[in-house]
Amino acid sequence: MATEPASQPSSQARRRFLTKLGLGALVVSAPTLSLVSLQAADQPVTAARRWGLLIDTAKCASGCDDCVRGCNAEHGIAASNREDTTAQWIRKIDLQDNLTGRESSLPVMCQHCSSAPCVDVCPTGASFRRADGIVLVNKHTCIGCRYCMMACPYKARSFIHENLTDQLPRAPRGKGTVESCTLCVHRIDAAEDTSEVNTACAQACTDAGHDAIVFGDLNDPDSQIAQALASSDSLQIRSDLQLGTGVRYSQF
Amino acid sequence: MPLDPFSYRTLAPKAASYWWLLVVLALAVIVGLGCAWHVEHAGHEVTGMSNRVVWGLPHVFAIGLIVAASGALNVASMASVFGVARYKPWARVSIVLAMALLIGGLLILVLDLGRPDRLVIALTHWNFRSIFTWNIFLYNGFLVICLVYLWMMLERRFNRYTRVAGSIAFAWRLILTTGTGSIFGWLVGRNALDTALLAPLFIALSLVLGSAVFALLVVLLRRWWGGTVTDDWTVALSRLLGWFALALAYFSIVHHLTNLYVAEHGDTQTAMLGGFYGALYWLGHIVIGTLVVVWLGLFGVPTVRRVVYASVAAIIGSVLLLYSIVVGSQVVPQRLFPGKTVIASTFGDSGLAQYVPSVWEFGLGIGGVALALLLLLLAMRVLPLQPEGLES
Repeated sequence: MATEPASQPSSQARRRFLTKLGLGALVVSAPTLSLVSLQAADQPVTAARRWGLLIDTAKCASGCDDCVRGCNAEHGIAASNREDTTAQWIRKIDLQDNLTGRESSLPVMCQHCSSAPCVDVCPTGASFRRADGIVLVNKHTCIGCRYCMMACPYKARSFIHENLTDQLPRAPRGKGTVESCTLCVHRIDAAEDTSEVNTACAQACTDAGHDAIVFGDLNDPDSQIAQALASSDSLQIRSDLQLGTGVRYSQF
Repeated sequence: MPLDPFSYRTLAPKAASYWWLLVVLALAVIVGLGCAWHVEHAGHEVTGMSNRVVWGLPHVFAIGLIVAASGALNVASMASVFGVARYKPWARVSIVLAMALLIGGLLILVLDLGRPDRLVIALTHWNFRSIFTWNIFLYNGFLVICLVYLWMMLERRFNRYTRVAGSIAFAWRLILTTGTGSIFGWLVGRNALDTALLAPLFIALSLVLGSAVFALLVVLLRRWWGGTVTDDWTVALSRLLGWFALALAYFSIVHHLTNLYVAEHGDTQTAMLGGFYGALYWLGHIVIGTLVVVWLGLFGVPTVRRVVYASVAAIIGSVLLLYSIVVGSQVVPQRLFPGKTVIASTFGDSGLAQYVPSVWEFGLGIGGVALALLLLLLAMRVLPLQPEGLES
């Protein structure tokens, strides 16, 4: 009993301490809780979506390279000392039909194949295809052997030949590794509503008033790209290889 | 298999030239490593390679050494597997030469990677749809099998297992060269390389290169460290080189003929059979690497001098053929639009790509060759590999 009066303030102090501890834990765990709540939006990538591009060659203007410049600005790509070592995520090609003489212009980028030769040949599995059809390079496991560049039928991949500075956080790039069009995967993965997402090249084309590039979900029948594909003929470059490209061309 | 009746000795550094040779080779290896360091430090922009020609001179050196390694084992296979007694005394050197050449080739291949520091990733992350991954196992397996094979030969108690080990090594090296050739075969996007023919072509190439390197080595060893090359050896080496050169020419000609038959491959064949790359093919492979080798090897009285000339011609012809395949197949634009002509492109869809190897690439390649020879000379110094008493 002699200790009872002394235990009262001790008990209150313990209560205050526990209260503070609880509040502290709440504050510390708040970001974690908010991350947990974001998990609902951060769903794993599934094959329910198949991202792709449709390029209307009738609208693509010869001499215009806005899509190339838009892509370069988005991913921090700059010209290197040599033209043939500069990264080329998109290139513009002007063509003339051998029989009719009809001219056309179009951009060529990674075609995001279902059966991607680059994925097949990569010794470390650094070249990989996501469930939603986007073909990417894991920058942590690419050893820079360039076998994927030998295997790509579209010459769509670039090897970084020089030291880089000021890379953008959204587009990891590094000397000695291979890279190519990512379909602006950073925009897709960050989007709350993926139906609002557009790629940098398609956005630049729209901004230039051409509207030649449409980006979207090929699996969604209500998407603009799926409806455009359903309403007119389109083709895949090197369709003879049956690679199942995610990039299609119309009016060609 | 009966016990080995020959006696062997280590290489005795009788002449100062041995030490000088070691020093020169070591310096060449250091220069090669320096070149690789510079390329990795500054980036591949200091090489002649680009986003159009992605594999260049280092790959020619590397593949040349790797296929030569496979071919160099031929002498041991002839002795152990096919029981040809003539080759038995040289079987040990054959195995060590094969291992040394392979290590030299792999060094080049690894140091040319964009990220050679990630070699451990290549050794731990595997994609078994890739022939590259299979080749990692084939190359490492080859080294292990050769080590065991050599052990069976060196250890008298295990001599009876030599034939089994030799048979496994023989089968393995055929698969290995098939794997190396397959790196270039089945590339659907490149006309000249979209063919399974490159696998047997590489096997023939390995036989030519391996035999030529081995013949030169035997002649040099006997000249520097005493003894002569016996007549039956001279005849055998000459005949082998001649027939192997014919086999290689057969596959290369069929390769081009089958491609010429395909209309869409016309551009590629025009580039590979005309102009600079055509000169490499016709003058290098057909004239020097085939006609000269066949003339020296299969006609006239074989002499040591003729064997040496035939070997040198075979190596030159083989390397130039390899260059025309590896580089020549890449300089032609990949044809994406049949029936249409490219009138403008922001990145090389018309015209031939330019590739001029840089001194750094050459230095790396020479470094790999030097490492192979250095390893061979060191191994011969510490292991009893050189046969004695062949003069009689």
